[in-house]
Formats: sequence, structure tokens, C-alpha cells
Amino acid sequence: MYPVLQYFVVPFIHGVVLTLVLLLCVAYLTFMERKVIAFMQVRIGPNRVGPRGLLQPIADVVKLLIKEDLTPDAANRVIFYIAPVIATLSTIAAFAVIPYGGPEATVSIFGFPIRPYLADVNVGILYVISISSIGVFGIVLGGWASNSKYPLLGGLRSAAQMISYEVPFGLAIIGVLMVTGTASLVEIVQWQQQHTWLFWLQPFAVVLFFIAGVAENNRAPFDLPEAESELVAGFHTEYSGFKFAFFFLAEYIAMIVVSALVVTLFFGGWLPVTFGLGHLFPKLPALLSGAWGGPWVMLLFGMGWVFIKVFFMLYLYLWIRATFPRYRYDQLMNIGWKFMIPASLAWIVLTGAGILAVQAIRS
Amino acid sequence: MTLAIEHVLVTSAAMLTVGMIGLLVRRNAIIMFMAVELVLNAANLNLIGFSRFLPDPIGQVFVVFVIVIAAAEVAVGLAIVLALYRNRDTVMVDEASTMKW
Amino acid sequence: MEFVVFAIFAALAVLAAAGVVVARNPVYCAVALLVSLLSVAALFLVLWAEFIAVVQIMVYAGGVMVLFLFVIMLVDLEQRGFDLGAGRIGPRPSAFERGLWAVAALAFGALVLSLMVRSLDLPLPGADRAATMLQGPYAADGRGLGNTEWIGMLLYTDWLVPFELASVLLLVAIIGAVVLARRDQADAPAGKGAA
Repeated sequence: MYPVLQYFVVPFIHGVVLTLVLLLCVAYLTFMERKVIAFMQVRIGPNRVGPRGLLQPIADVVKLLIKEDLTPDAANRVIFYIAPVIATLSTIAAFAVIPYGGPEATVSIFGFPIRPYLADVNVGILYVISISSIGVFGIVLGGWASNSKYPLLGGLRSAAQMISYEVPFGLAIIGVLMVTGTASLVEIVQWQQQHTWLFWLQPFAVVLFFIAGVAENNRAPFDLPEAESELVAGFHTEYSGFKFAFFFLAEYIAMIVVSALVVTLFFGGWLPVTFGLGHLFPKLPALLSGAWGGPWVMLLFGMGWVFIKVFFMLYLYLWIRATFPRYRYDQLMNIGWKFMIPASLAWIVLTGAGILAVQAIRS
Repeated sequence: MTLAIEHVLVTSAAMLTVGMIGLLVRRNAIIMFMAVELVLNAANLNLIGFSRFLPDPIGQVFVVFVIVIAAAEVAVGLAIVLALYRNRDTVMVDEASTMKW
Repeated sequence: MEFVVFAIFAALAVLAAAGVVVARNPVYCAVALLVSLLSVAALFLVLWAEFIAVVQIMVYAGGVMVLFLFVIMLVDLEQRGFDLGAGRIGPRPSAFERGLWAVAALAFGALVLSLMVRSLDLPLPGADRAATMLQGPYAADGRGLGNTEWIGMLLYTDWLVPFELASVLLLVAIIGAVVLARRDQADAPAGKGAA
């Protein structure tokens, strides 16, 4: 077939479908957030729109889109327009390498092989970290372009927080790189298929990575720069309507990206949950992963397992939001620089020592 | 047309020239630093191009070092610019001229 | 097709670089430089250097550019307008002077280009290699050593001393930047900036 079709058009359509599914998931994530936090606070949450409130996200989307799109008079128009776009595009781009099925679940549509990941890059983890560091620009430029004190300071604070927590975010997964010997997300999950979930080998790294991810996303309890009672609304004070929807989207997609990364790196990605019984009943993993049905069934099962695991991670995000009070900014930076970076460095040394010990014992 | 070393060299020479023009023409210290970054990127592109076409991985190792040094230089340089701004209330390099005759 | 992708990103990189030099507003310059750096990262990808491409995005685009933006905004915070050229003392360089500098730089660029073109007489055996990545000497296990592993191996064996020196340099730069940018006690009551 023509290389243009295979290398440009098919991945483009794949990416568009992925983005649309992602947008739908984000819409229902907002609904899930309101419901879950409501139940934790012994109230019901939205239940008016549609059966049991299930059409609430559609109402929210319509509301955001038809709101008046204000632009402050002295704001810098060009940058005011592109800041939310940068924030959102960088988070969606991170989804290009996250796998939701194994390479054996490659289906063939109209003769083109569609793999269950958009791309399997050699440096998958590094790619995700680097793309998420581009998201900082959306916030800084958005805060500056509003030409107003609160958004500028909120944007600078938020950006400083994000770049401070990028360091433990990256350092926490070096243990994973050391144990598996590869940075490609698909190969990491395949390693977990042959050995064991990395959660058992790197528990502290999961905790560090997840907390750093929460701080990266400016989510509670690290959401001082955008909390309503603090700097008005931080960097997105002056934004309304569609542009605000973009910032909102960027935050929730980033949540899903961090959850999907935790699942892929530490909890087995598309592999089925067998509670360690895979060694007693050798047929169990194959049964649960749909290996009996060919590529379409395996893709479906893989996507299902990823969905369930990411759901649990997102539930953890919401649980943390409903439970903990907000950190003050200096406490936040303290935790990032003075606790998490030394802790992740110590964990890297410990992992190295552990690997050497295991090699020495084996030989 | 296949990609060849000439294309990489022309691109890196163009970026070098643009960076040099920026360094010579602009008087704002921060923008001059950005022009220096352009020059360093042109050098990196050159190194990676030769690393691809020789082939030899040493070009990529050298690029790691160039990136490290560029980051260190920008950090210290911008700190100096901030100190200059605090004392002289300007970032134009023409006005940091107290030691001129 | 590799050439088409390279040409697009090369043109973008050079145009964005021109934007850095020409733009009046420093934030526009910063955004143009960001675009240029991302295009150069894409060029690195086309030239089989994927590790360097992501390092470029992480360090340059994600670190150095954020630092630039912070400094631009902190310097801007006390000024009423965004045009840092307003209200300066001393003569601005005239258009003739700027034109002279531009001609000099173009001449320099032509000299550099001619030197580079002269290097083409040297043999380049890898020019028509059809491999997908630089194959390392340790590819005997059949998997083919990737870019990251090979660079890591080189950095920790042959080039360990420069690597350690680079980390010392970074430490010195961090300490130097913190010390230089710190506010003296005498300035504190003036309360410049907040964040």
C-alpha cells in the first residue's frame, strides 16, 4: 500500500478516534468525581439531568460551550488564545504511547494492521515525561496573557510547582528502568507478564510516582495555585467558555495520563488480575486475557483490564481529594524538594543494591 | 530525494547565521541569550547529523554534554541578568556601561 | 519521505529562529524559540537520535525555556508596558548599524557553510545505511541495542570522567545561580516581586 496511507493517514485516524474516546472518558470522569466525592460527604451529587444524573456531563459541556467567550481588554490576544491549546495538546499527545492491549492483539481493519497502541517508542517513558513538561507552558503563558496580577502570580506558582515535582516524577521510575532494562512501555508490560507486577518489586516508587503525579496535575491536596479561596482562581481566572473548557480538559486528561502510566508501569497494563493464581492454574491468565479468541477478543479483554485498573487509580485520586486538606505553598515545595527528591534517590540506590544482590545470589 | 548530510549542514548553518544575527542586532540581554541557544542548537544539529551519516555514536554523547553545558550557562547567565536588573533597572546591555571611558 | 519530514521541520526551525530575532515582545521571542527547539527535536528524531530528541524536549524546551519565561515575567512585573525598549537612555543603534551587523553575520554564515561543504569530500560510509537505528557493537543478542542503551554504555565506560565533570559543573551552576539571583537583605523592604 502507499506509505503515505500507512504511515500518516491510518495513525492519524487512530489518533482521532483515541482523542474522541478520551474526551468522552473525561466528561464522565467529571461526573464520577462529583458523585464519588458526594457519596464520601454523605450527600447524593448530581442526579437531576437524565437517569440518575448520567447526562450531567453533556449539560456541563453544553454550558461551557455556550458561555460568553470574554477576552480581557489589555490581554495579549495571540498568547491568550494559544495557551489553553498548548496545555491540552501536550496532555493528549502523551496518550500516543500508552498501550491498551498487547502486540498480539493487533487487529486488521481494511488490510491495515492496527496495533493497540499508537506508537511503541524505544524511549516511551521519557517521551511521556518530556511531553508533560511542555504542559507547563500553557499555564505560564495563560497566566501571563491575562495581564492581571492574580493570574500571573497563580500561573508562576503553578508552573514552579509543576517543574519542581517533575524531578521526583522522573526519578521514581528509574527503579522500573533498572529492573526491566527497557524504557518502552510495551516491553515493560511484557516483562511484567513474564515475571511479576512491578508493584511488588517497587512499592515505594509507586507511592512516590503517584504523589508526584498528583502534584504535577495541580490536584488536591496540592491545588493551592488554582483553589477558589486562594488566588481567586489562579491562572485561569480570566478564561471563560471554550478556552476555560480547554484548561479544564487539560487537567483531567493529565489525571488520566498519570493513572494510565501508574497502571502500565506498576500494575501490569493490559494483563489480567490473577491474584498470583497464575502459577497454580497455568490456564487462568490465558483464559482471563482472551487468548482463546483471537486478536479482537484479546483487544477487548486488554482494554477492559486497562479500564478497570485506571478506574481504580482515578478513584484513588478522588478519594485523596475528598480526604486531605490543602497544603500551603511553602509546605508543598518543602515536600517536593526536601522529601521526595532525596527519597527517590535513596530508592534508586536501594533498587541498585537489590538488583546486585539478586544477581549475586543467583550466580 | 534521499536525506543526505548536505541538508543537515545547510539547516544548521542557517540556524547558526540567524542566531548570530540575533546576537549582534538585539540589545536585550534575555533575547541575546535566546540567540545563543539557537547557536548551540545549530551545533547540536550538526553533531547529530554527522553522527547519523558517519555513523558514530560519539556525536550523540557529545550532544548530551553540549545540552548540559547550555543549561548550566543559561541558569547562571539569567541569574546575572536578574542581578543586573535589580541594580540598574534595565536589561539592555548598552546601558550596563559604567566601566566605559 | 524522510526528506519531506526533514524539510518541513527544518523550515519550521529556521523560520521560528527568525521569529526569535525579529519579534519585539520578549514573550513572543520565547514562544518562537520554543517552536524552534521542538522542531530541532523532531529533526533529531528523523536523524535516528530518539534519546537526544526526548532529552532536548525535557531539558531545553521543558527546563531552559521555562526559566526564560520566568525571568521575562519577573523582569516585566515592575514595568508598565511590555516593550522593554521604551524609556531607555542612550542612542539606539540605527537601522544602518543593524543592517551592517546583519550583513556581517550573513557573511559569516556563508563562510561557515563553505567550510562545511568542503568537509563533504571526506568519506561518509554510513550515508546509505538502511538500518533503523545506529547498531551498537553489542547487538549480538539479536535484539539490537537501542540508542539509549548505547549512549548510556558510552557515557559510563569510555566517557565517565567528562560525565562526572559535567555533573560537578551542574552543581556549581545551581549554587551560582541561587547565590547570584538571591535578594540581598538591603533590598528586602523594597519588596520587588512576590512569587
